[in-house]
Amino acid sequence: MIETDTIAAISTPIGEGAISIVRLSGKEALTIANRIFKGKNLHEVDSHTIHYGKVIEPKSDVVIDEVMVSVMRAPKTFTREDVVEINTHGGIVAVNRVLEIVLENGARLAEPGEFTKRAFLNGRIDLSQAEAVMDLIRAKTDKAMGVALRQMDGRLSQLIQSFRQELLETIAHVEVNIDYPEYDDVEEMTHALMREKTNKVSEQIEQLLQVAKQGKILREGLSTAIIGRPNVGKSSLMNTLVQENKAIVTDIPGTTRDIIEEYVNVRGVPLRLVDTAGIRETEDIVEKIGVERSHQVLKQSDLVLLVLNYHEPLTDDDRHLFKAVEGLEYIVIVNKTDLEQYLDLNEVKELAKGHPVITTSLIKEEGIDALEEAIRDLFFRGDIESDDMTYVSNARHIQLLKQAKKALEDAKASLDMGMPLDIVQIDITRTWELLGEIIGDTASEALIDQLFSQFCLGK
Amino acid sequence: MTYDAGHYDVIVVGSGHAGVEAGLAAARMGAKTLMLTLNLDMIAFMPCNPSLGGPAKGIVVREIDALGGVMGKVIDQAHIQMRMLNTRKGPAVQALRAQADKPVYVQKMKHIIEKEENITLRQAMVNELIVEDGICKGVITETKAAYYAKAVIITTGTFMRGKVLMGDLEYESGPNNQRVSVKLSENLEELGFQLTRFKTGTPPRVNGRTIDYSKTEIQPGDEKPRGFSYETTDYITDQMPCWLTHTNQQTHQIINDNLTLSAMYSGAKRGTGPRYCPSIEDKIVRFHDKPRHQVFLEPEGRHTEEYYVQGLSTSLPESLQHDIVRSVEGLENAEIMRPGYAIEYDALVPTQLWPTLETKKISGLYTAGQINGTSGYEEAAAQGIMAGINATRKIFGKEPVILDRSQAYIGVLIDDLVTKGTREPYRLLTSRAEYRLLLRHDNADLRLTELGYQLGLISEERYQKFLNKKQLVKEEKERLYKMIVKPTDSVQEMLKSVNGSLLKDAVRAYDLLKRPEVTYELLETVIEKRNLPDEVKEQVEIQIKYEGYIKKTYEQVERMKKMEGKLIPENIDYDKISGIATEAKEKLKQVRPLSVGQASRISGVNPSDISILLVYIEQGKIAKLAH
Repeated sequence: MIETDTIAAISTPIGEGAISIVRLSGKEALTIANRIFKGKNLHEVDSHTIHYGKVIEPKSDVVIDEVMVSVMRAPKTFTREDVVEINTHGGIVAVNRVLEIVLENGARLAEPGEFTKRAFLNGRIDLSQAEAVMDLIRAKTDKAMGVALRQMDGRLSQLIQSFRQELLETIAHVEVNIDYPEYDDVEEMTHALMREKTNKVSEQIEQLLQVAKQGKILREGLSTAIIGRPNVGKSSLMNTLVQENKAIVTDIPGTTRDIIEEYVNVRGVPLRLVDTAGIRETEDIVEKIGVERSHQVLKQSDLVLLVLNYHEPLTDDDRHLFKAVEGLEYIVIVNKTDLEQYLDLNEVKELAKGHPVITTSLIKEEGIDALEEAIRDLFFRGDIESDDMTYVSNARHIQLLKQAKKALEDAKASLDMGMPLDIVQIDITRTWELLGEIIGDTASEALIDQLFSQFCLGK
Repeated sequence: MTYDAGHYDVIVVGSGHAGVEAGLAAARMGAKTLMLTLNLDMIAFMPCNPSLGGPAKGIVVREIDALGGVMGKVIDQAHIQMRMLNTRKGPAVQALRAQADKPVYVQKMKHIIEKEENITLRQAMVNELIVEDGICKGVITETKAAYYAKAVIITTGTFMRGKVLMGDLEYESGPNNQRVSVKLSENLEELGFQLTRFKTGTPPRVNGRTIDYSKTEIQPGDEKPRGFSYETTDYITDQMPCWLTHTNQQTHQIINDNLTLSAMYSGAKRGTGPRYCPSIEDKIVRFHDKPRHQVFLEPEGRHTEEYYVQGLSTSLPESLQHDIVRSVEGLENAEIMRPGYAIEYDALVPTQLWPTLETKKISGLYTAGQINGTSGYEEAAAQGIMAGINATRKIFGKEPVILDRSQAYIGVLIDDLVTKGTREPYRLLTSRAEYRLLLRHDNADLRLTELGYQLGLISEERYQKFLNKKQLVKEEKERLYKMIVKPTDSVQEMLKSVNGSLLKDAVRAYDLLKRPEVTYELLETVIEKRNLPDEVKEQVEIQIKYEGYIKKTYEQVERMKKMEGKLIPENIDYDKISGIATEAKEKLKQVRPLSVGQASRISGVNPSDISILLVYIEQGKIAKLAH
């Protein structure tokens, strides 16, 4: 894990933007870059400077690309190692060729997240920051990028710290009652007071978990299934969404482990159109794999787009589909409004039980705005734009928050049972520790310090 | 020239609370033991407060007793008052505290040492250690006596370069005007040990005849007689009360007007004092908005009128101490018998010790008690018995005994000391124990008697009694598990009487006892009675009532043990591991933790450093990095 070799990778999304960057990090970064670079001697330039030149294939002296090279020497770099960034022309060909040559000349292809791992191991960033960077790497949309950046700024840390401080004061209060039972100038902690504190933090954690759901969506994309009977316009819908909205990432097989479906960005909501190939080929997953199994597939979706035909009356198959999506987030799309109406829209609205029903004519490109707004409203409900929100977008953090909440619920249960406060406090302390794990702080001296600064004790 | 004064297995230097436990443990485990003390009349003397026990500390006394130590037995025979604290709280935090009869305590302890066959007790000042090739071989006294031994335990308390401070008065002294030990301190420095300077303080003592008790509040002992030791059967029933009064604005004014006269506030650089035991000056400066502070008046014994004025620890000049004392209600005419003072002393930086309390630098040399940076009689005794046990085990070629944090407060104490060190005199607090639900007053015997027996410190008779208790607890738990309680009138009446919700269906007696409002005593009124001893009933009730919480704590312990089980080779070279932060590296090199678990508790060692350590262990690289 603590390698000293030099790693390299393409550090920009492939196919996007006017330039792409190959990044090198490690002891040999400068030597390797210098070997393939025609321009200034990179060993002699100042740190944190950028230089124009050409990347050549050293053996043949063939010019590969015109580039700008940034040189950043340790330790003031992201990894705390020597870092060289080669800015190549955009597109896929140039940057891949440059990477290949870098690798031929002594660098090793970085594993996913390895730069971050080095930054972490070299003490450049703490655990929660490291994880935020990991998410940054995976960020799929501008919004997700924003979430990751905010987290790196330590806003999540601050919030968690404020919860912990609240809990710590409560714990210290109980502790002081235990260790100094006779001191009358310390107010006795009561069940009521403890319940109040517990509820407060519990609610705040719950809020964080609520927005965590949105954070997950921002980061991983909304797993979206398109279902409907044959010939209702599923493929058209898919194509429309892809064409209307820029596909964000087209990962190259082998450089990451992500399986890429179609990613589209609908008004800031990243959609991951799942199993689209299946839908394309088979026309109907319900038909192909049966209602039972399709139900399972659907269960894993964050959003279902259920397509109906305006031009035909509702069939039993359609009604089955409504059954299959019960309990899920879904939008009903009534397509082909350019044709004569045979569908009973009132019945559809009844079946939809308040879920949005959008009418479209995909051929005439009508109703698409309304659909996109419905998607956005469904998941953001207007308030996600606020920059003050702190999102938890990391699976480990969410897990820890859930555990913390569980511990607080246990504490509440003990309070309700009338257990002594020092017993209740076991779960409060556990909550405090779990929250500490999120920000990588488990130092126990904090309690002792709190004890003596909060209360006047002694003989 | 020195003369050969004799050969022993173990030499204990000092006979305070650490020294007596160390010496007795060694002697009773079969080591020929020499105990040297500066003053034979001060064996197990209490130079500060006249009390033993209290939260955490009281449990330590029980643990020492379960291991076969003497502190609990002696205080049971030498106290004027006994109280169980935190009785309205959970079982984990209840603790016994005794007001000691100081002179009687000293007398009884001295007699026990004198009677011990394997101990030679002698008054002497040790000036230096005999060290050859990094191994401690004995000690040399100021009278040029050279004593030889296979292990030496230093328990010199606050005597090393002790200095008493009161206003601008300073003089070299141990506590209570005892001779001070200077040469030994210098010798330890020459041997390469890092010493630090700590301070502590004590309040004035007043003559009880001059206290107006009518202006104070009485603080009686418990009516129910109790003892620390599991072997105590005769309880002292005739108790003396303590008395409570308070400081006031006048007291605070005197102190505020004269702060610069306090030895601790005069601006001179001084040793570090403990936060939990602040002087009255400290309290008034740091918590200036408090209108008053508590003052407890505690008798120092049955055959003396001396009272300890708890709460007025001070290093102000004697003249002001009169004014301060007399400003307090009930003490208007009080006569000071001894003034309060602060004392500075040398302590050994405890990260220089292995968890056995053997020094890393010199084999066969152990230190225990206040010299290791702790404060408190109980903390000292706990280290004493462990040092005595481990020194003896070592010379007999046996495995060391290290208590872990889930086993005993003693384990918490020693692990904290050798892992984290301490920046102030260390006191045990319940909040230092992460598994305190397991470390209870009531189950100290269940935790440690077996070990004490194996070590040879628990008699066969006591051990059999212990096994019997264990068996009774087990049987009774099984009985209650099998027993079904039906919602009969008497059961519902019983529940009504404690505001419990009524039974709808029959339940196991076991589950009924889980309710906080249902005690064993109450349950007994509706089920078939078995005349079990109180301590069995208590144990059954606690084990059942808190079962869920205890289980949860054990899960935590398991997590800890996983990390504890990942051992780090003793001779690992941290310099060769890149990626560990410099500060962490320095700390790791100093503490040389034995396991990743221990490493993770060192302050300044971050989770990232631990991940790197873990990665190295998992990759087996650590073996290659070892010299």
